[in-house]
Amino acid sequence: MKDIWKINNPHNDDKVIDACSIFGAMDVTGRRFSGEGVIKAITNMHDRSNGLGGGFAIYGLFPDHADNYAFHIMYLSAAAKTQTEQFLKDNFQVITDEMVPTRAVKGINNPPLFWRYFIEVDSRKPLDITADDYVVSKVMQVNTGIDDVFVFSSGKNMGVFKGVGYPEQIADFFCLEQYKGYLWTAHGRFPTNTPGWWGGAHPFSLLDWTVVHNGEISSYGINRRYLEQFGYHCTMQTDTEVVAYAVDLLIRKHCLPVELVAKVLAPPFWNEINRQNNGQKELLLTLRQVYGSLLLNGPFTVIIAHTGEMIGLTDRIRLRPLTVGEKGNMLYLSSEESAIRLISPELDSVWTPVGGEPVIGRLGQPLPSRRALAVTGVM
Amino acid sequence: MKTYVPPKFKVIRDPARCIQCQVCVNQCSFDTNYYDRDDNEVRSREENCVACHRCVAFCPGGALTITRNPLDYRENLNWGREDIEDIWRQAESGGMLLTGMGNDKGCRIYWDHLLLNASQVTNPSIDPLREPMELTTFLGRKPDRVTFSQDTLRLDTELPPQVGLDVPVMFSAMSYGAVSLNVHESLARAATEMGTLWNTGEGGLHPSLYRYGNNTIVQVASGRFGVQASYLNAGRIVEIKIGQGAKPGIGGHLPAEKVSADVSLTRMIPKGTDALSPAPQHDIYSIEDLTQLIYALKEATNYRKPVSVKIAAVHNSAAIASGMVRAGADIIVLDGLRGATGAAPKVIRDNVGIPIELALASVDARLRQEGIRNQASLVVSGGIRNSGDVAKAIALGADAVYIGTAALIALGCHVCQQCHTGKCAWGICTTDLGLTRRINPEIGARRLANLLRGWSLEIKDMLGGMGVNALESLRGNRLHLRGVGLTDTELEILGVRMAGS
Repeated sequence: MKDIWKINNPHNDDKVIDACSIFGAMDVTGRRFSGEGVIKAITNMHDRSNGLGGGFAIYGLFPDHADNYAFHIMYLSAAAKTQTEQFLKDNFQVITDEMVPTRAVKGINNPPLFWRYFIEVDSRKPLDITADDYVVSKVMQVNTGIDDVFVFSSGKNMGVFKGVGYPEQIADFFCLEQYKGYLWTAHGRFPTNTPGWWGGAHPFSLLDWTVVHNGEISSYGINRRYLEQFGYHCTMQTDTEVVAYAVDLLIRKHCLPVELVAKVLAPPFWNEINRQNNGQKELLLTLRQVYGSLLLNGPFTVIIAHTGEMIGLTDRIRLRPLTVGEKGNMLYLSSEESAIRLISPELDSVWTPVGGEPVIGRLGQPLPSRRALAVTGVM
Repeated sequence: MKTYVPPKFKVIRDPARCIQCQVCVNQCSFDTNYYDRDDNEVRSREENCVACHRCVAFCPGGALTITRNPLDYRENLNWGREDIEDIWRQAESGGMLLTGMGNDKGCRIYWDHLLLNASQVTNPSIDPLREPMELTTFLGRKPDRVTFSQDTLRLDTELPPQVGLDVPVMFSAMSYGAVSLNVHESLARAATEMGTLWNTGEGGLHPSLYRYGNNTIVQVASGRFGVQASYLNAGRIVEIKIGQGAKPGIGGHLPAEKVSADVSLTRMIPKGTDALSPAPQHDIYSIEDLTQLIYALKEATNYRKPVSVKIAAVHNSAAIASGMVRAGADIIVLDGLRGATGAAPKVIRDNVGIPIELALASVDARLRQEGIRNQASLVVSGGIRNSGDVAKAIALGADAVYIGTAALIALGCHVCQQCHTGKCAWGICTTDLGLTRRINPEIGARRLANLLRGWSLEIKDMLGGMGVNALESLRGNRLHLRGVGLTDTELEILGVRMAGS
């Protein structure tokens, strides 16, 4: 899809501005559950979106193809499909492909064609890059080099479903009640400067990383320029894209643990850093000195997910809402407590995290309230 | 030879208010006001008046008005008053015209064509009276990434030396000899109080000021005045001065009469001799020579201090700056066209160099293109007049700014451009002991600290308005800037968009 920004940002504003509802649910034992509850919860926050974008990410979605990259692609023309499929064949081994099931829904007009491919990276990958990097580069090639096509999900054993409409309409359209996963995130969008575009809805995804985001990042200009130094080009001009790339850089390339990524994106204040004991102070000081340009400043709440992990994080003075709920093995993150209570009225615990403090759900690990925050021993 | 140059100003003395007290006579260091004993009347030699307003400020009766001498030559858009009178001056002296302060010509001031952003509705502005607002910034080389030992998650990265500033405004290099010891002490005390740095300039550091070392940048210039091991180790940062915005490409000359006993001690040259700074550093004829000097200074200070390199903003600044970073500079200082000086040939001051805004924008962009922006901090100077200029400089990509003229104005400077005469009536740019007493370091430090305090409050307000609460979120964030009245090329070089787009 050439010139994505022309579609995503037709007025050529500095960035796409939107506000939203976000919701996440995870069973830390890995039990796969249906999305009915998640759909009900995000529907309850209907008024936080305006019908110009809704979406879901589901993990543990394809146990039968767990080792294949699951490409989800939207096409606006038949020619695009032919051209893209040739491109996929030229670069990957396509194990199988199928149409993504959809149904007609009132209010959803002119949807693109959705297709799903299970893909393996074979010997055509250059030896000096990882399979993940290879996939990322090929996805970028499709998205910026071929007209009328957009790869919107490319991770393993997961999928993104998103489009123009209220989240409940999108869920209906993609028949999401049929799917099961151990981790769901959901998003309802309220853009102010962009007409709805199917690719512009959340979750934003790169490999198996997904981000749903409520906020406007006022530091976007410098975050983007910093990431450009590392070869990330923010083609979509959304702050959400910046979050995704920042997380990719810090976790996948710089190997930072999630707890420290939170300290980069929403660092403690200098005087708070100065109050720490020596080792901790040096660590936080170094992180902020080195990664100051990645500080996400301005109001935001994000739910970042990838295989086996769901992270909720707000900006350091918590200008956008986030509520955490726990019940049994379930961890819920939501813009509003009411949405959690609707589907799980008797919560074991519920709280509002401090600004900049990450809430992390991990497969096979106890829920956040039941383990010390010092997960890695460095915090 | 009779001079054809007419007086530039008129001194108007209201006889109803003048009590012949002679304060104006005593205050004037330019020999303008004098007392005529025979007539018992205070009079003025107007040809000497430089409009420094010292007499106006101190006249107890408010009797004095300084006004332009309304001298009308025949209208001519080519030959203005300054052009004509400069020629007379040279015809009478046969020398270069000297001047002080920075470029006073109308070359576009880009700060005035840049406007800042503020939050409305979609994100909240932050109120600095009620929320934390952070101006702290760290100067020094930063690595590309942080690394940990894999199993223990212990920090492996050891940062090169970093210097923290509580406010991103430092006092620019002004040497002892050019300015007085009291000015140095005022700057040092204010920098210490406000958690920032002052710069010794190229004339060494007076022994009485070593105690402010933690807030001092020690400069190494082409004359190497005062450079010795204890000097280098006294400061927080060592700065190599290659060039200066007011006089790119040329050196300096402190006349012998300004080299007093104390100046001689500090500069390590004989009393009453000219202090000549060569135009280039004679051990730096190329970029690889710069590396040697940088590392010589790092060796001398045991790698505990960042080494800064200051250049005048010239045509190829971006390429030069890139080379400087690769040569090992931890901080790059760019001094723009409007940077000031104690003395410079007028033709150089007015015609050589480029505006700092353009140099800053292109250097920041180039270092980012090359992926080495984090390897050096970027400091700019030359024409920063207020906190709005500071905020715009940060948004264009600077880590911090230097102020020189603004600091001197805080001390009383009236920008009369007579620094080169050594007669500064405000006691700033002189070593005349009678005049230097006019600056009281205690009051001077208070005035300077107040200025920084006021600017800090204003910067915090602007940051909060933009919806960010840390300086690093504005640094290089050019989306918070818009241009007005600029051409497409200017906008492109500045990396900002037209207002309204």
